[in-house]
Amino acid sequence: MDLFPLWNSLRIAAISTVIVFFAGIFAAYYIAKLPRLAKGLLDVVLTLPLVLPPTVIGYLLLRVLGPKRILGAWLLEQFGVKVVMTWWSAIFATAVVIFPLMYRTARGAFEAFDETLAYSGQTLGLPNSWIFWRVRMPCCRQGILAGTVLAFARALGEYGATSMIAGYTPGKTATISTTVYQLWQTNNDGLAMKWVVVNLAISAVVLLAVNMLERRDFLVSGGKRRNRA
Amino acid sequence: MSLSVDLEKRLGSFHLRVQFQAEDEITALLGASGCGKSMTLKCIAGIMTPDRGRIVLHDRVLFDSEKGINLPPQQRKLGYLFQNYALFPNMTVEKNILCGIRAGSKGEKAAALADAVRRFRLEGLEHHYPAQLSGGQQQRVALARILCTRPEAILLDEPFSALDSFLKWKLELELSDLLADFHGPILWVSHDRGEVFRNCKKVCVMEQGQSQGMFTLRQLFHEPETEAAARLSGCKNIVEAVPAGNAVTLPAWGLTLDCGKAVPADVRWAGIRAHHVTAAPEGTEGAFLCAVERVIQDVFTTIVLLRPEHAAPDAPPLRMELEREDAPTVLDNQLVWISVQPRDILLLK
Repeated sequence: MDLFPLWNSLRIAAISTVIVFFAGIFAAYYIAKLPRLAKGLLDVVLTLPLVLPPTVIGYLLLRVLGPKRILGAWLLEQFGVKVVMTWWSAIFATAVVIFPLMYRTARGAFEAFDETLAYSGQTLGLPNSWIFWRVRMPCCRQGILAGTVLAFARALGEYGATSMIAGYTPGKTATISTTVYQLWQTNNDGLAMKWVVVNLAISAVVLLAVNMLERRDFLVSGGKRRNRA
Repeated sequence: MSLSVDLEKRLGSFHLRVQFQAEDEITALLGASGCGKSMTLKCIAGIMTPDRGRIVLHDRVLFDSEKGINLPPQQRKLGYLFQNYALFPNMTVEKNILCGIRAGSKGEKAAALADAVRRFRLEGLEHHYPAQLSGGQQQRVALARILCTRPEAILLDEPFSALDSFLKWKLELELSDLLADFHGPILWVSHDRGEVFRNCKKVCVMEQGQSQGMFTLRQLFHEPETEAAARLSGCKNIVEAVPAGNAVTLPAWGLTLDCGKAVPADVRWAGIRAHHVTAAPEGTEGAFLCAVERVIQDVFTTIVLLRPEHAAPDAPPLRMELEREDAPTVLDNQLVWISVQPRDILLLK
């Protein structure tokens, strides 16, 4: 059994999760401060990928990144890079699909944050970035971690947009989900079943991690466990 | 050396207009909840931006709308004690206090921390999280953290609202001891006149977003000049008044009371403290007849609600407070003669 799809799925999911982690938090933090109209508008746009079929996202991405489309053609001309049908093309698709999961959970966590903590930090003379990383993020860590794990889990399962933008080339762009589809199409039921089991195992582990994060509040500054009074 | 504040801010239908000057002593901002006291502190601290005005601390301009000066909170050097103390829940007591000690070498920081822990009696709590502390301990940590930043002024936002009243008096003593070493203006926001009377030197009264000027304790509690000040000083009987030479006419109660001196023409209200309302023998000069509407037994006093003979139907009752043992055996619907000394009538604008 060629393990390339496993490795490819994992690296695509990991890289897109890292990108979305920062992008989602950044968007959640700054959009909360915008005037109501702009906030409502951006909120709709950024949450759309959550409800759109992945194939629609794939189609839209191809419209922009395809070799004969605006951005795709420009990149090809300027840098000689073809941004579709490579393994990392799937990162674009996956990042767009999982972005709303991170954005919405981070926003929920930030909204629950007691703003007087930030104010007290400011009056103590602490820099805003310090307050953000040392007070706001640790206080919101549970929501943000849950969002991150959820986004990663969803990234592993991405199929629709990925298959459209990266296609299925064994050893090059194949992921677990596209491999399962391909094997089923070619009547290779045995191997398909093996990949299904691999996928189930990974998903189970990830969801177990979510549950543990929710139950145990173990990540405190300094890594010590917090003794709740 | 002082803090001078002059600011204006509109927020929806709320209009904040505050003007006062606080010296190097404890000054109270006294007003009912929702009158803009906390908002005023936020504007001074730079957490909120006033629409217009000027805030100067010790010749340092913190905010000036005309010159476009608006220092961020970090540069204002103000210690702000929040109502809920706002300790960082993810940090231990030690780390919270270290947030206030930013400058100096490692050794200097450790020394400053040890000093603060000792001074604020936090020994043994260094590695506890805020959630594990009592309200009083949280307050001490918050105060230690603030004083370590060496602020030039201190803002206290309802420092005891988060505590049981049972513990309050002890913590009040503690807080005033800890603040005694501080040299600079201290603003103490409160809605509790007793707290203000016990701890503050001067009082700025606020009413519906408007500051009503600065008073000494004596001016506010013994000679209040405005209706709001009288009410905040605990005066229970306040009715509209019409000056009439050396007396005031109180239309609501159908009374004209002698004040013993010329009543200024701008007097609009008269106040009578409940414990200045006394029963008198029939025929006493200036006494008036009242019906007893209700008798209420309070913890240590007896409260009698009276209705003067010629009172308007919708007039508020006249409230009389008596020491338990002095309380005569008055009953509902009984008629009693009541007198008020001329010097006990508060003439208010």
